[in-house]
Amino acid sequence: MFVHKMWDDHELSKMVDGGVPFPMLSDAGGRVGQAYGVYDEEAGVETRGRFIIDPDGVVQGYEVLTPPVGRNVSETLRQVQAFQLVRKSGGSQATPSGWAPGKKTLKPGPELVGNVWKEWTTDMAFD
Amino acid sequence: MAEEVSAGCARPTGGPVGEPVPEKQDDIKVKEKSPMIQVGKKAPDFSAPGYQKGSFINVNLSDYLGKWVLLCFYPGDFTFV
Repeated sequence: MFVHKMWDDHELSKMVDGGVPFPMLSDAGGRVGQAYGVYDEEAGVETRGRFIIDPDGVVQGYEVLTPPVGRNVSETLRQVQAFQLVRKSGGSQATPSGWAPGKKTLKPGPELVGNVWKEWTTDMAFD
Repeated sequence: MAEEVSAGCARPTGGPVGEPVPEKQDDIKVKEKSPMIQVGKKAPDFSAPGYQKGSFINVNLSDYLGKWVLLCFYPGDFTFV
């Protein structure tokens, strides 16, 4: 906690105006990390776990990386936007591989079975 | 090269390769203590001390019910995220 303040005061505030806006939590002992399966007991550190939790407190997705590789924030935000769209549609829409805001969604149902090829092409999997 | 398998009555299945997974008593205990999260299931609630905008605070995950939450773990302060 105190080190979070030091980090925010002395480094992060140089990257983000006014410092980090969201809470930076402390998990000394790794008990929260253990509950999420991301605590490396041997090394005594958290791995780079990232969880998307919806308004009902349900985990919709996660990604876990070993410490030397950083995450892709844009991809995380894309996933949040996709989950938000699906939730807003009440499950009537789904986002196929490569979906990004503005791109075509799919309507799951009997008519779609065997017909995805009419709605989605492999080039749509990429940016 | 992939090797061909003969299809019998049982469906061939995969499994872990390389070093065998240790099956010591201790390891089993660790596995029980620290299962991986499942998507579509409730996120374990927790309470943790923290820092935000000049204040030391205490945060419960359940405080955020009704909002989308991105929960990120990282190895330590002064590392990249």
